[in-house]
Amino acid sequence: MSKMTGAQAIVKCLQEEGVNTIFGFPGGAVIDLYDELLDSDIKHVLVRHEQGAVHAADGYARATGKTGVALLTSGPGATNGVTGIATAYMDSIPIVVFTGQVPRALIGNDAFQEVDIVGITRPCTKHNYLVSDPDDLVPIIREAFYIASSGRPGPVLIDLPKDVVAATIRFPEKKKVRMQTYQPNYEPHPGQVDKACRAIAKAKRPVLYIGGGVILSDAHKELTELAEKTTIPVTMTLMGLGGFPGTNPLSMGMLGMHGSYASNMAVAKSDLLIAVGARFDDRITGRLDAFAPHAKIIHIDIDPTSISKNVEVDIPIVADCKLALRAMNSWFDDWAEFDARAFADKHQPWLEQIKEWNEKHPLTYQQEGDVIKPQYVIEKLGELTGGDAIITTEVGQNQMWTAQFYKFNKPRHLLTSGGLGTMGYGLPAAIGAKLAFPDAMVIDVAGDGSIQMNIQELATAKQYGANVKVVILNNNYLGMVRQWQELFYNRRYSATVMEVTPDFVELAKAYGAAGLRAKTRDEVEAVLKEGLATDNVVIMDFAISREEGVFPMVPAGKATTEMLLV
Amino acid sequence: MKHTLSVLLQNKPGALSRVTGLFSGRGFNIESLCVAETLDPKVSCLTLVTRGDEGIIEQITKQLHKLIDVIKVSDVSEGEFVEREMVLIRVKAEAGTRAEVLRVIDIFRGKVVDVSPTTYAVEVTGPESKIKAVIDILRPIGIKEIVRTGTIAMARAPKK
Repeated sequence: MSKMTGAQAIVKCLQEEGVNTIFGFPGGAVIDLYDELLDSDIKHVLVRHEQGAVHAADGYARATGKTGVALLTSGPGATNGVTGIATAYMDSIPIVVFTGQVPRALIGNDAFQEVDIVGITRPCTKHNYLVSDPDDLVPIIREAFYIASSGRPGPVLIDLPKDVVAATIRFPEKKKVRMQTYQPNYEPHPGQVDKACRAIAKAKRPVLYIGGGVILSDAHKELTELAEKTTIPVTMTLMGLGGFPGTNPLSMGMLGMHGSYASNMAVAKSDLLIAVGARFDDRITGRLDAFAPHAKIIHIDIDPTSISKNVEVDIPIVADCKLALRAMNSWFDDWAEFDARAFADKHQPWLEQIKEWNEKHPLTYQQEGDVIKPQYVIEKLGELTGGDAIITTEVGQNQMWTAQFYKFNKPRHLLTSGGLGTMGYGLPAAIGAKLAFPDAMVIDVAGDGSIQMNIQELATAKQYGANVKVVILNNNYLGMVRQWQELFYNRRYSATVMEVTPDFVELAKAYGAAGLRAKTRDEVEAVLKEGLATDNVVIMDFAISREEGVFPMVPAGKATTEMLLV
Repeated sequence: MKHTLSVLLQNKPGALSRVTGLFSGRGFNIESLCVAETLDPKVSCLTLVTRGDEGIIEQITKQLHKLIDVIKVSDVSEGEFVEREMVLIRVKAEAGTRAEVLRVIDIFRGKVVDVSPTTYAVEVTGPESKIKAVIDILRPIGIKEIVRTGTIAMARAPKK
């Protein structure tokens, strides 16, 4: 057992975990650790605001599937990170956040830059720690990485008193983390798998409803196999986009508040809803008593608390999505009577019905004159990138148009704040993804409101050559709230008009990035092409039709069949 | 429906706060809460009385399980169980009522633990219903102060 400082031990632990990039912002309480980082091979990315550090670590984690790491100082550094932590918590993203803390002797004294960050983040972390004994430091870090990435993933915070980091400690041998009180279950119960498959065999109008769990467990192949084997149409939550190919004929697109007409109708008429790694969020279900009223419900989820939380489930399977789907696929393969053709024939009337709904109310928009429609920008972006780019979004209309009109075919290609709905997520998350995959095209689709929430991270992008592209759908409004005010508040636009908006092209230049602008429809393609081809951080500012809405829309609290259409 | 949950959790700083934070954050209610060390000093036992329909109790149980510091959750009110609470009551005991207070306390198998010229402080233990009953009886005489521990509970051993 070798002796070293706490700071050296932290760096060594990060190396053990295979961490090569971390995102952070220094301060007095973590200065020892920063001193140690200077001599290590771990790349530290200096952000411009701590929220950006946590979002970047989150974007890195979503894009790679590995655990993202952020390092913040005590007090305001830690509190600035809270929004990022809550964002990761709501979407079950594995990150480990290190925060500095005042020396142990000063804790509780209202010392300079002291805050009880463990208390503050208790409800928005999967678990958190204050390291009160230097000898606990290494076991805690190992446990934190294990907890963050196992079971239902999530953020874990480790609060590091300055004197613990400076202390001399013994570095214990690495051994497998085993915890008495935390043993997530991955394997599906064979009896439940059997029940679920029998229900599928009997169903006439089945729907697969998939969420972020499919992506987190890398289950997209198994899911596609099940859907195709049994010819079951698939609808995705925002977090599930990319978990099943958007261009597959069985895809109905997204469901819920801004879901496709066909998806919401199919769920409402379905006799068997197979939820995979989704959690029946209110944006999906609308009015609960009208959600899937005729359907038996199968729910696959690794987290037992998700089962029957909002909607009563008939056949729960508490397991890793990938393993559960694999077991279901094997069940059908082993079933002597199984005949894929028979399934396809049996579901033909159902698929016809869905096709009819799709034809009646497709996802669409009306082109008027030469004004730029935001949906057109997203469609063009999809065409020009071949659906291959890693897309991040901010939150609001920009996010929903992206979800509706960009066809995501691969998992980990849409990084968006689904649960918490954090404006300001997209740009730092894009930087995190770009640093993980320097050769990938990474694009943040933003609104003029949300991009300003973390626009300072343009400097981070420039400093590290993370040449991300930012598409701003600029309507000089906080568009989603404006849309609600238009529809439900008698067009009283309270605090949603952005009376002052910066000149984004000039702003880009001020940061050393490139800035481009399109004001009419026929300029869109050229600007996108130039922006995507430019070897720099690029802002593309699109002046879109100002009062364009996101449709279909299920008003909050209504049944999902009560959609407002274009 | 009232439920009495017995929760074993690691005796670590902040562990209790995770439990209470879970209840306040998710809008579950706590009627009483009692916590102390078990035979193993690294483990605390927490007895928690709450109310809710089956779905809510199921959520509470699952959410408690999900906390990393929680070792075991059992709903002792699901089967046969014993529950006890203790109350300390300071009640007026003046010339005309001193004897009556003693009689009442005797009926409830309580005892006097502190005496002043005008009051008795008495101790009574029992299930919640008994505690309520003694309070109701003493109230007209004049209760000056009351402190209750909240319920602790234990499942009965199997009969066979």
